[in-house]
Amino acid sequence: MKKMKKIAAVALSAAMALGLCACGDNASNTTQTASNDGVTVKAGFICLHDENSTYDLNFINGAKSACEAMGIEYIIKTNIPEGAECQTAAEELVDAGCNFVFADSFGHEDYIIEAAKEFPEVQFAHATGTKAHTEGLSNFHNAFASIYEGRYLAGITAGLKLNEMIENGQITADQAKMGYVGAYPYAEVVSGYTSFYLGAKSVCPTVTMDVTYTSSWYDETAEKEGANKLINNGCVLISQHADSMGAPTACENAGVPNVSYNGSTLSACPNTFLVSSRIDWAPYFTYAMTAIKNGETFATDYVGTIATGSVCLTDLSGNVAEGTADAIETAKAALANGTLHVFDTATFTVGGSAVTEYMADVDSDPAYEGDHNVIVDGHFAESADGFRSAPYFDLRIDGITELQ
Amino acid sequence: MNKFRIHIAKRDTMPVAAAWAIRIGAIVLALLLGSLLTLVLTGKNPLSVLLTIVQGAFGTERKIWTTLRDTSVLLMFGLAVAPAFKMRFWNIGAEGQVLMSGLGTAVVMFFLGGKINDGLLIILMLVAAIVCGMLWAFIPAVIKAKWNTNETLSTLMLNYIAAQIVSMFIAWAVPSGSMKMGIINQDTNAGWLPALFGNKHILIIIMALLITAFVFVYIKYGKGGYELTVVGESVKTARYVGIKVEWVIIRTMLISGAICGIIGFLQVAGVEHTISPNTAGGLGFTAVLVAWMAKLNPIVMIFTSMLIVVMSNGAGDVASSLGLNASFSDILTGIILFFLIGCEFFINYKICFSAKNDKISSDVTDSKESESSGGVEENEGGKQS
Repeated sequence: MKKMKKIAAVALSAAMALGLCACGDNASNTTQTASNDGVTVKAGFICLHDENSTYDLNFINGAKSACEAMGIEYIIKTNIPEGAECQTAAEELVDAGCNFVFADSFGHEDYIIEAAKEFPEVQFAHATGTKAHTEGLSNFHNAFASIYEGRYLAGITAGLKLNEMIENGQITADQAKMGYVGAYPYAEVVSGYTSFYLGAKSVCPTVTMDVTYTSSWYDETAEKEGANKLINNGCVLISQHADSMGAPTACENAGVPNVSYNGSTLSACPNTFLVSSRIDWAPYFTYAMTAIKNGETFATDYVGTIATGSVCLTDLSGNVAEGTADAIETAKAALANGTLHVFDTATFTVGGSAVTEYMADVDSDPAYEGDHNVIVDGHFAESADGFRSAPYFDLRIDGITELQ
Repeated sequence: MNKFRIHIAKRDTMPVAAAWAIRIGAIVLALLLGSLLTLVLTGKNPLSVLLTIVQGAFGTERKIWTTLRDTSVLLMFGLAVAPAFKMRFWNIGAEGQVLMSGLGTAVVMFFLGGKINDGLLIILMLVAAIVCGMLWAFIPAVIKAKWNTNETLSTLMLNYIAAQIVSMFIAWAVPSGSMKMGIINQDTNAGWLPALFGNKHILIIIMALLITAFVFVYIKYGKGGYELTVVGESVKTARYVGIKVEWVIIRTMLISGAICGIIGFLQVAGVEHTISPNTAGGLGFTAVLVAWMAKLNPIVMIFTSMLIVVMSNGAGDVASSLGLNASFSDILTGIILFFLIGCEFFINYKICFSAKNDKISSDVTDSKESESSGGVEENEGGKQS
């Protein structure tokens, strides 16, 4: 027992000594300089994975460029799972002085809401989330972008590539089948691949598409296998909505053209990369942080568009078909001035018939019941005003086959 | 025979203070190596790594509470496996037992939340958790007792089965989305454990201390503790003195399962308010380390669990504050654990450098003597680790 006491005493005094020096150091860290104009913003970012994930890298780049342009101090926490760790991470960011906290993954949302309830004076924002418009918290925001428009433009690139292959005699018009590696079968992914398909179909009417799911946002092996499976099934062009380099690498190895997502994969796939659509998050971060700085409120649901600079395409690679750049510019202008709608109900059918009414599950509820008719003026109004920012297009249209 | 020879011999039981001096030395060496690595990779002051580890664990009030809570949770895992280890029953299934209890808690919370009185709901959740945990511990215990199956394999496999059952439940309960349960009853907070004294961590810390006291008393003074110790020493002896070995195995595992049940309940109802295949977070395996480093002594386990938590929580901050990839924290934690486990070798064995053969033979006899005369209980961990 005596020995026990000794150990206890040593451990306790050690812990106290550690505590003391920790406090001392921390105090000096949190000293902030008062700013002359408006509130001093300090931003905290919570990422599901790290820079190895194309999805998270895209957020990290956006965060860095927005903060550095505005001269804002920031902290990035990577590899934060979609669990209680996310709430702890948010709390630690607030402790570190952040008054703007942003999380990048769908499953982070519940924990960010808990943190928002805990710290009403801090503004929380969350990408791809669905609950801000029903939660009724003034300091919790959802943000997304009309990336379906970007994917539509990328789809045009794919369709023109297919046309080139048909003209060269590599495939017949009936063999124009694309493959798509998706993460999960929910609206964000369905909306993405459908817009990509419709973009391709707008220039290559005979196109069909197979979709396979990996059940993970980041699983390099599964994404690679998924792409290989599609290629073996006769898909002559691949795109993906999952975050590793699995699918692009598989395409490069097989010599199959690839339309990427989240950013250019040209350096890793010089022979097969066509183009990539991505969301540039810097405009949203700038918008939100400027509002906080000026003491203003900002949108509960924010949708970045082509016009805000949120939806972009990377530079076209040398592998694309002739005339692609012009076709994209034309479509882009039409999308921007409202004469073209990606989900125009005249361009697709479900179960053989056109869609005239669809109750989408906009307000999340446990039963996933449809609650809003989202067919407006002859098109499916995705991520539209009055609904919410995160996608809710989950129709399975004709021409696309889900494997499994 | 003038050749210089290295020879390894088992030590006499080392004084506790000396053993801890070696362990602390190992931590210092691990930190030095970690600092050196940081210096080489980043060119930053090695001292900043040490300071960051301390800050990562104790830097703010919240971090101190988080460290205490994480320590409590890990400690309870260690306490859950310790009685079985004392019995030489290699239970590495705490992971699965906690997962099943967490699932029991979550299922009750999910289906009955808001439909019945909240107090009753919490009691039902606790009962469900303990029943599930005990069931998941009972299976390997009973097949070991009846058919002498290898419990290392059966407990390990049951972990994976538990994880799959949890995944199945989530896929069924939340058909849309990315296979995440989300926070259960987020709007009503039904079935959430209340924050004692306005602090959501205190209940867990108190429970950990209560369980520590229980396990300590049970092993040291209880009849059950005596019986499981005898079974651990020699099954034949136990049978000879009339101990029902099968029953002792089952009873001890039921206690492990019940403790795991409480952990699963606290994790789901008190901390996470959700369930996922990662709810146990691999702590069921870290618990083996906690228990062995403490030589299965519940009181010492308080310190071993805290040591591991401080090191890993601290290392987590090193990566973010130095702007390194989070994998770097894993490297640092790995170095620390390697040194901690490795140093047990030097506590249990000594290395003799000798030039003559007769010296070696005397060492061997020495060590044999010490093995036979050394305190059985204190030597236990050493023999196994």
